[in-house]
This record gives sequence, structure tokens and C-alpha cells, in this order.
Amino acid sequence: MKTDVLVIGAGAVGTAIARELTKYKLDVTCVDMREDVGGDCSKSNSAIIHTGYDAKPGTLESELVVSANPAYDKLTKDLDIPFERIGAILPAITDEQFEKLPEIKAKAVKNKVYDVEFLSKERILEMEPNINPEVKGGLFIPRESIIDPFLFVVAMAENAVANGAKFLLSTKVTGIRKEGDRVVGAETTNGYIEADYIINAGGLFCDEVASFVGKDEYKVIPRKGQFYILDKNTECKVNHIVLPIPTATTKGKLMTPTIHGNMLVGPTAEDLDDKFDKSTNKLGLDSIRDDVTKLIPNVKLQDTITQYAGLRANRNPEGLNIDTYEDVKHYVNLSGVRSTGLTNSISCGTYVANLLRDMGLEMVWKDNFIEKRKGITRIKDLPKEEQHKKILENPLYGNIVCRCETVTEGEIVDAIHSPIPATTVDAIKRRLRAGMGRCQGGFCGPKVIEIIARELGIEPKDVRKNNSESYMVCGKVK
Amino acid sequence: MYKMNCDVCVVGGGPAGLSAAVAAKKQGAKDVLIVERDETLGGILQQCIHPGFGLKLFSEELTGPEYFGRFVAKAKELGVKTLLNSMVLEVGENTVTCINGEYGACEITAKAIILAMGCRERTRANIVIPGTRPAGVYTAGTAQRLMNRQNEMVGKKVVILGSGDIGMIMARRMTLEGAKVMAVVELMDFLAGLTRNRVQCLDDFGIPLMLSHTIVDIKGNDRVSSVVIAAVDEKKQPIPGTEQEIECDTLLLSVGLIPENEISTNAGVELSPITKGPKVNQFMQTNIPSVFACGNVVHVNDLVDNVSTESATAGKSAAMYAAGELTADGAIEVKTGENVRYVCPQTVVPTEGKVELYFRVMKPQKKVELSVCDGDTVLVKRKAIKVNPGEMEKLVIDAKDVKSLTVSVKEA
Amino acid sequence: MKKEIICTVCPTGCTITVEGEGSNISSIEGFTCPRGKQYAENEFIAPVRILTSTAKISGTKCPLIAVRSKTPVPKDKLFDCMEEIRKLNLTAPVKTGDVLIANVCGTGVDIVASGNAD
Repeated sequence: MKTDVLVIGAGAVGTAIARELTKYKLDVTCVDMREDVGGDCSKSNSAIIHTGYDAKPGTLESELVVSANPAYDKLTKDLDIPFERIGAILPAITDEQFEKLPEIKAKAVKNKVYDVEFLSKERILEMEPNINPEVKGGLFIPRESIIDPFLFVVAMAENAVANGAKFLLSTKVTGIRKEGDRVVGAETTNGYIEADYIINAGGLFCDEVASFVGKDEYKVIPRKGQFYILDKNTECKVNHIVLPIPTATTKGKLMTPTIHGNMLVGPTAEDLDDKFDKSTNKLGLDSIRDDVTKLIPNVKLQDTITQYAGLRANRNPEGLNIDTYEDVKHYVNLSGVRSTGLTNSISCGTYVANLLRDMGLEMVWKDNFIEKRKGITRIKDLPKEEQHKKILENPLYGNIVCRCETVTEGEIVDAIHSPIPATTVDAIKRRLRAGMGRCQGGFCGPKVIEIIARELGIEPKDVRKNNSESYMVCGKVK
Repeated sequence: MYKMNCDVCVVGGGPAGLSAAVAAKKQGAKDVLIVERDETLGGILQQCIHPGFGLKLFSEELTGPEYFGRFVAKAKELGVKTLLNSMVLEVGENTVTCINGEYGACEITAKAIILAMGCRERTRANIVIPGTRPAGVYTAGTAQRLMNRQNEMVGKKVVILGSGDIGMIMARRMTLEGAKVMAVVELMDFLAGLTRNRVQCLDDFGIPLMLSHTIVDIKGNDRVSSVVIAAVDEKKQPIPGTEQEIECDTLLLSVGLIPENEISTNAGVELSPITKGPKVNQFMQTNIPSVFACGNVVHVNDLVDNVSTESATAGKSAAMYAAGELTADGAIEVKTGENVRYVCPQTVVPTEGKVELYFRVMKPQKKVELSVCDGDTVLVKRKAIKVNPGEMEKLVIDAKDVKSLTVSVKEA
Repeated sequence: MKKEIICTVCPTGCTITVEGEGSNISSIEGFTCPRGKQYAENEFIAPVRILTSTAKISGTKCPLIAVRSKTPVPKDKLFDCMEEIRKLNLTAPVKTGDVLIANVCGTGVDIVASGNAD
């Protein structure tokens, strides 16, 4: 197989790069070792589109995040995904924290985030009655926003596919071939892919990919973040992203509504050796409780419907880097994409496209780039009369499979046959939220297995939760 | 939109809904309609193929399908209507909105509505078990559905957390089908389910029951590879140093049930913070006079026979309400006394006739006296050798002229 | 032989100690009612259980139908009976009570359908 540009990694960054490149007359292929797009880091994070107010001024990360934020209003509309500019509040609970506020605002200005405002105690409590009444005052960062991170990546990938990109999933890169001082292709578990240019957007595994071209100047140090998700009907909610004042060592733990109306609480920050360790632990979960109750004393963590951990692809030495090398031409290496990665993914796309042009790739704009992508029609969001019409057209839209999130069989079938087919239980869950509600798949899980098996023409025992060994059932009873 | 009318609309066609519908019809309601999301009636009993149902009501040991089969036959005979494959999305004072593959969006107008949606299982997340999130962690009921209705074996080497009845029944079920059940682990120092299930589901097959233990870690990135269990102290906190790892491919959870009340809450039905179900009076009537509730949507029962009895009351009352024959004013709150966690109904309207008060104790206690008092007057009392939170108790009072009611369980 | 039996007749759950050989009981202690005594005796001499399971069926939506032993079967025959049930391959319609295996494993008990499939 042959392609102009091969993107390794189908997380937010890889997918955004692939999509950006489809704006040009290029043959673009994106590979990922996972069974679905969304990578590792892109699917378990705090689902925030940042402004970059707190980035380290003058860094590439600052530049990429700050420039990405304004693009999201149009992009999310074009991609038909939910996005809300709910804004973030940084409440200063102690005098010591209060004294830090001017410094934080000054840093925001240095990052060219000019719209950070001071909030009085009264104003904060008016905006967020559940914040600790001890609050002394705080800052408001209006453009901090929330998004559905799974849908964001899926939507970008689908849009890229609509514009001609190829996505090869369950395809692990095992080596990169060089000829002279340039790369010429990649060995994968699905065969050799000849490529004029290769982009390493391997996230957690970008150091392993880099080692294939002989680069080992950094190591990925996965930084685990554990979270709680609370039921939509929990009593104590917040309306904004409520962020703690960062300390010297940590950005701390936040509480925010998710785009779907749940509450998200976390994350921890724990450096690990194991890139596969996404386990939660008591210590971490307890620390979330301890820290967040300082901000929101009445938070009801007992209303949790799930806990999860994600890994940030932190690197040592630290920092977001996009590198090209004199001795490895036709190759771009992204590393250190961390918690701001979701936000800056789209800037990475533009940045990398520019680098490729500089490297000599002929980049001719397409005049038929499709900007808009249409998501699966959600029956629950339709007015009654339209629901009615849709069901009469296809009875599967009248069969509710997931009752917590009101997902119909028709929507699940749509997801299975979408441009990036959802072939696993988790892939369905990420696209439609079936199994993400309060019963956590107890009711819909068995039906989802049945539907996937039927639609893909496979046995239920071959249906996976996500990865290849994650079988749901092990054969027939009788 | 498809529109329908009826006297009594029952949301849910499980044991509660079936019994309520039959009773409503018997009381004389003309049009009784059951709206059921599944393609068949019977609810959860369809997957409960084990015996033990009907001992109270039919003096026979029936399986789940046999038990609900009797009610389905009766409902058919009496002309109860059904709308299957229909998920109710909204309930109003006199309307039920649902969607159905054949009819599309439906709106049902009813003089009285009975909520009989049952309950759902508590999940791993509710009890916060740390660890990875692999395939192979199922609630016992989900596993039961997969095995008994979909013919899919969920795993071969199993650990079960929680000694609730469904968990123990699944231990036997999986053993009989060739799986190895490594242990049933229970946080409390007493059994959550019925003793007979311990004997017939665990002891018969030599399955170890580990009381005062819990699961502190789940391992495996793709599929469960093992769980770590530990003993707990009096505060139910794991005791360091007691951890042991059990290799398994499946973890089943039988850690409690929660009434399913999203529809009720949206309708404005007031819930009890203890049962998490609607507060009802002895007619199983909620704070919305046209809305009744029964079965596990009200409070989680251990015996389906009790569900049927209570639901028959709901059905009868709803039919009376639809006919303008039920008045229920001046209800008094039933108070919980010593060692009583909750009483259902939560309120009683002083009126002619017997009222059955169902209640659960907070903690196991031996040699007790169960009583209902109106102030200093003992209305009814009964002695028991043993009470247990896992087993519901019942006392029957005469509700005429009662001024206050307190249910207590005291040392005899 | 000495056996401790937890009584399942009522929720009290008395622990009853039975001593004896085969069908001869030499001592029985711990019961608090006559039904409990009877239960413990039966459990000691010849424990029996109702067996329930599922059987394969075609011609209907559900791939399985619930089945049971009409009356209890000896406890030590449970797995043998399961093997016989495993061999069933039914076709709808089947009604509750239909005999599917007569005299399963020579126990004198029938395996019957415990649900309907039409």
C-alpha cells in the first residue's frame, strides 16, 4: 500500500492532522493500533477546550492552545458535535490563594488571553452557589469550554474520511523504513505502507515510534489522572468549570459539568512507568474527595456512576514539541502533547501542514473540501412529530436499547455502519452514550452485543468490549 | 402521533404490572393497558428460571416463567390490553408518552396511571471498586439475562461480590453450566439474601462464602484476569495485609438494587430518600392522586409474592380512582421506631379496613418483638426469633381512627 | 456420621445437628419446630433439590426455554440430569408443563418445560 502522508496515531492530534491534510490534494492515511479512533489520552480526560491562560508563556504549547480556542465555535458546528462555552471560575478559598490571583491574570495576559476577569466573593456565590462560602474572590475565564471528546475525534475522523483519508485501525506500526536520510514507509501489523511523509502522533507511544527512526532524546512518562463521573440528577452541581488555584506542584482537581449534563470531578496526577495502567485506586479516588470538597463542600461523590483513569502523554524532558530532523527527512515528530492536547489538536494540524510545505511537499488546495459532517440523528433530541416520522420510516428508531441515555437500535445500527464503523461495545458507547448512563450498560449491554454480532455477521463471542482480548461472552451455554 | 385512551395505564409488564392490571380489571376498570418495553410480558421473571416463587401465593414452588405465566393467562382472560416493545419516556398526571417501532410516538390518556417499572442493579461504580476496567465485570442480573435468555456464557472462572439472592442463584446457575465459582464475597458480616439460597446455591456446590470481605482491586487490561479481596474491619474498611488475589475471568456483582424512578421523578412524584421509590399510602397512591406505584419501583422486595399482593392493591385502588370511588384524605405519616429502616406504605389514611405494613430492619437482631403503636397504644405486636435486613417483615393493622403510627422492633 | 444442616423451612435458619449412618438417625439436635426436624431428617438421609435449567429451542424468538424437574431429584444426580437436559433440542411450540424428558436418569422424575414458546 502507498500513501502521500502517513499519520501514526488516531487520537485527537493524529486525526486533526489527517483531517487538515485532506484539505489538500494529498493521499492521507492514518493508522492506529487501537480498534477505534480516539486513541488513549483523547478519550479519558477532562473534556475541556482550554484557553491557554495558564500555559507557560512563550512556549509552543501556549501558542497552539491560545490560537486553537477561538476556532471551536465554527468547527463544532461544522462537525455537528456538542460544544459549550460555559467558562471557568477559579475561586480563591484562602487568603494565600487570593493573593495569587493578580499573578494568574498577568500570566493570562502574557499568553494573550485578555478576557480573564476578577470576580468578587458575592459574584462567585451568585454564579456558583455550591462553591465553598469561605471563598474570598476569584477569576473568571469566559472561553474555557466543554466538549464531547469522543465525538470530537470521531467527527474529525469521519470528516477526514469524507474528504478521502483512509483510517487503518487495529494496525500497529512495528518499524519505519529509511532510505538514506529520509523515511520511506512503515512496517505495520497489516503490512508495509509506503509513505512519502510520516507524522508521528503516537501520543503515549510516540517515543517508541521515534525510536524506529533512531531518535531517543525523550521518554514518555505517562501521567495518570483519575476521575469520577456523577449522575445527572446529583443534587450538588456546578454551572461552570470550577478550577482550583494551582500550586507549585499541581494544577489540582476540578469539578465541571460535562456536555451531557453529568458532573466530572478530578483528576489526580500520578507519574507512571506503565503505559497500559489505566486502573483507578483508592488512594487517588480518596484524594479527589479530599481536594474537591475544599472547593465544593457538598459535592456528592456517592452519586458516582463511574470512575475512570486516563493517561497524559507527558514527556521527559517536559514540554510540547513538534520536531523535524536534518538526518531524518520527510518525518515530523510530535511529543509531550498533554492535557491541552484535545484543544491544540487542531493547531497541531495546521502547524504540521505548514511544516510539510516547508519540507517540500507540494500542497495544493482542494476546491471540493467538505467542511460539514453530519452526526447520527439522535432520536431523543427530535421533536415528537419528527420522532414519529422517523420511527414510521424505520421501526428500529422506535426500539430503545439504552434507557438511561435513550439510545435506539436504529442509532446503534447507524453507528456500526458509519464512516468509522463502531465495531465494539465501547465504540458504540463513545458515539451514542449507550451504557454510559447510571446503569452502566447493565440493561443495554446484552442487547448491544446481540446487535453488533448481527450487523457484523459474527458470533457474540467474537464481540469485543474494546481491544482484541476483551471478549464479552465466551460461547453458548447450550 | 398515535393516541390512545384507557381507564388505567400500567407502566411495566413485569410481576408488579401484571398483578396490578389483573386487579384493576377485576375491580371493574374497563380499559386496562400495560405498556411494556420488552417484546414479551413477564419482566425480569423471564430470566429467573430458578424455583422459589409462589410459595406464599400459590403454595407451590414455581419458577419465574411459571409464576408470571399464571398472571399473563389471567390478564389475557380478563382482556387486559398490552402495548409491547414500547419504552415510556414521560408520565404526566393523566398521560403516558412512549415510543414504539410500529406506532411511532404514542400518547396514552388514562384516568389513572400505575408505575411498575421495577428496579435496576447497583453497579461497580456505585460501590467504587478500584482497578482496571476490563470486560468481564457484570452485574448478576445482566449475566443472568445473557445466560438464560440469550444463551451466552459470560465466563468460566467466576468471583461473585455480594451475597444477595441473585448473586447466589447465579453462582449455582453458572456451576451447573460448567463454570467454576471461586468464591462469593460479602462485605457485611451476615448474608444479604435468603438462607435457603445459601444452602442450595452455595453449600450444595462447595462454593466458599467469605463474609466481612470485599474486593479491593480488579486486574486485567482486556478481560478480567484476577481480583484482589481483603477482609474488612468493623467500619467496613479493608484491613491491610489480608489481601489475596483470586485468578478469574469474570466478576459478578450482586450488590443491591435501586428502584428505577427517573420517569416518576420527572412526573413530580415524591420519592422516599430511604427506599428511593415513591412515597405511597396504603392504596399505593403517590402524591399525585392519579398516579399509583407498586412493586420494586416502590421498594425492593425479596419475594415476588409480596410484590403481587401489593400490586393488586395498587391495581384495585387505581381502578377505584378511575371510577371516582377512591378518596384518600388526611393521611398520617408512618414513623420508623427502633431498628426499623423504612416502612411501606409511608403514609396511612385512617379508614375502615386492614392495612399491611411492610418494613425492613436496620440490623440483624435476635429474639425480638415487632410492634405497631398509636401513641402509647399497641395496635399489633408479634414475636420473632430473628430479624434480618434481607428479609421483609409485615404487620397488619386496622387503620380505622388511627392518630399516629410507629413501627418498632425491640428486644423481647 | 455427623452432619450440620442449616434449616431452610423458614427464615429463622436453625442449625440442626444430625448423627447417624445411612437412613438410621441416632441423634438430632437444634431444631425448633417439627417441620425443621422433618427437613433435617430428609436432608440427612436423601437430600433432594428441584433442578432448573434451560434447553435449546428453535422456531421462536428466544433461543432457550426454561425447564425444570417436575418434583425434586436426588442432589447427587443434579449434574447427571444437567447432561441429559443439555442433549435437548426442541422445536416450538412448547407449553409450560410439557414433558421433555420422562424419568430423567432413572429418578422417576420428569423434566418439563417451565415456560411457553410459541
